[in-house]
Amino acid sequence: MATNTAILETRARNAPSSAEIVFAPLEGSGSVSWSEIARTAFDSLMANRVRSFLTMLGVIIGVASVVALMALGEGASKSITSQIESIGTNLLFISPGQLNNGGPGQGNVAAQTLSMDDYEAIKALNLPINGVAPSVQNVGTLVAPAADKNVSIVGTTPAYFTLNNLTLNSGMLFDETQTQDGASVIVLGSNVARDLFGNGQAVGQIVRLNGQPLRVIGVLEKKGGGGFGSTDDNAYMPITYVQQRFANMRTADGNKYRVSSLTLSVTDSKDISGVQGRISALLRERHHLASDGTNDDFSILSQDSILGTLNTITSLLTAFLAAVAGISLLVGGIGIMNIMLVSVSERTREIGLRKAVGARGQDILLQFLVEAVVLSLTGGLLGLALGFLIATAVTFSGLIIASVTPLSVALAVGFAIAVGLFFGIYPAQRAAKLNPIDALRYE
Amino acid sequence: MITVQNLTKTYQMGDVQVNALNGVSFEINKGEFVALMGPSGSGKSTMMNLLGCLDTPTSGTYTLDGNQVSQLDDVELSAVRAQKLGFIFQQYNLLPRQSALRNVELPLIYRGIPGSERHTRAAAALDIVGMGDRMEHRPNELSGGQQQRVAIARALSGSPSVILADEPTGALDTKTSAEIMSILQRLNREQGLTVVLVTHEHDVAAYAERVLTMRDGELVSDQKQTPR
Repeated sequence: MATNTAILETRARNAPSSAEIVFAPLEGSGSVSWSEIARTAFDSLMANRVRSFLTMLGVIIGVASVVALMALGEGASKSITSQIESIGTNLLFISPGQLNNGGPGQGNVAAQTLSMDDYEAIKALNLPINGVAPSVQNVGTLVAPAADKNVSIVGTTPAYFTLNNLTLNSGMLFDETQTQDGASVIVLGSNVARDLFGNGQAVGQIVRLNGQPLRVIGVLEKKGGGGFGSTDDNAYMPITYVQQRFANMRTADGNKYRVSSLTLSVTDSKDISGVQGRISALLRERHHLASDGTNDDFSILSQDSILGTLNTITSLLTAFLAAVAGISLLVGGIGIMNIMLVSVSERTREIGLRKAVGARGQDILLQFLVEAVVLSLTGGLLGLALGFLIATAVTFSGLIIASVTPLSVALAVGFAIAVGLFFGIYPAQRAAKLNPIDALRYE
Repeated sequence: MITVQNLTKTYQMGDVQVNALNGVSFEINKGEFVALMGPSGSGKSTMMNLLGCLDTPTSGTYTLDGNQVSQLDDVELSAVRAQKLGFIFQQYNLLPRQSALRNVELPLIYRGIPGSERHTRAAAALDIVGMGDRMEHRPNELSGGQQQRVAIARALSGSPSVILADEPTGALDTKTSAEIMSILQRLNREQGLTVVLVTHEHDVAAYAERVLTMRDGELVSDQKQTPR
């Protein structure tokens, strides 16, 4: 006992008493630390977990859809680019008529102004090109012993395969002689071969087109890609056969045969516009057209311009969809404002008390603003994760390779913070302006 | 410590002007325990709001601790409340989801006191009011008397010059009221703390050494008494 008392006495002598601690002079920085503001915001949001989560949901959905849609748009754009680049390199497509719709090689179906003579003339120009190939397109039904199939029949020359990066899986391609002679031979795209002959050997078999027998001499390697009618669904034949025996494709004067399009590959990309100009000039001269191009009866499209056009369309679509998704972000923001206003009126007494013990208007403003931003930012981050998940799921489904870009991440998070600030400022100002006397009496 | 001179406060209620205070003057010295009494409508609550720097007078001057506070703006008044005043309310006004300790720390947070010092001071303040062993309890785990003790600790934690108690026993039974009043009396006697108490109960006012009585916005009596 004696020792205990001694210890207590020593402690009493050395350690300051509670009263000494409390009534000692006090110096503070006079401003609330950020960690306290964050803690207060976190405490009050955690006190109403369900409500906080539901409030965030608007922002979560908004951000998730913006991120996912931008990822899909980016993926679509990449897929289009790679598909178009897989066609070949530095390609120019010349088609009859003025092209105001239709894809590459389709041209204006009604126009018949491009002929084999034009092709020969372009070949004779000695342009810096890897090659040029004429083609005609038609639709026909191929009949095999076991099955038949509607296919797109492309009549062309051997150069066409090289220019379009089409490679053989088995058999061989038709040669120049077979092309000149209009030989009864056919090269099948991989899907066509599979549909007609299953897994069996296609090369060497006979298929019929309009009752005429054609010998299958080759099957192409699968190229894949979709959207614009895959080359895997085409069948290729010597151009003269299609022009003369399958369909009568004489020009209006009856002396020549027309072509659906000319494909050529420029050796060096910097020559593209030069080559384009020389061909235009040549065709205008041959067709007796104005040299300023005002009444052209043909169109020249470059691979780059097609790519550019398609990418513009995709980005426009993406931006449009993202903007629509952005509206839900806005709605989420209004939800935050609504809940913050409810919170301010629920906590009127608390605000009054905080002011009474020395909180300034700006302390209260900051506290409620931080709460709103914490809500929207947390929602934004959760939405980002959800959007990422959606993009991954879409990629996994094999539909399209969606890629979340850093830009869309920055945009989503930035927008979330902005929404919190924008929709949080009004409730926070209301809280800050409360009169402490009224607030303390508020029931 | 406190000097008010010719203080008036006029409210506009619709078309009618209400004179809540009609030129009140008095002085309260450091270390005094003063009770402010009067029936409802006498202006004692208005007086309390002015003394607590929660409101500004229509005219007259209020000097607290040598500083003219009657003409300060909102931000300056907040600073005065934080540094000079400690409030005790009838309804305790504790933050319901925070521990007793955290409630007592609140005034220190707004003064920018760092965490460890805040903690020490708040714990000491709770110790003084006999709540040292319930620091982690939340208000809903405490009785009314215990909550009011926590509120007193909160008023003390910022080392104020004056404690303003607005009907501190209004929600408590007689026995607990007596306990709360003895705590205030002890702080006044042992620490020399200035206490201003607003009440309409004579039993409660009996703990004070001086009673100011108001009626119709005027000070009608100022009497010294022997506290119980």
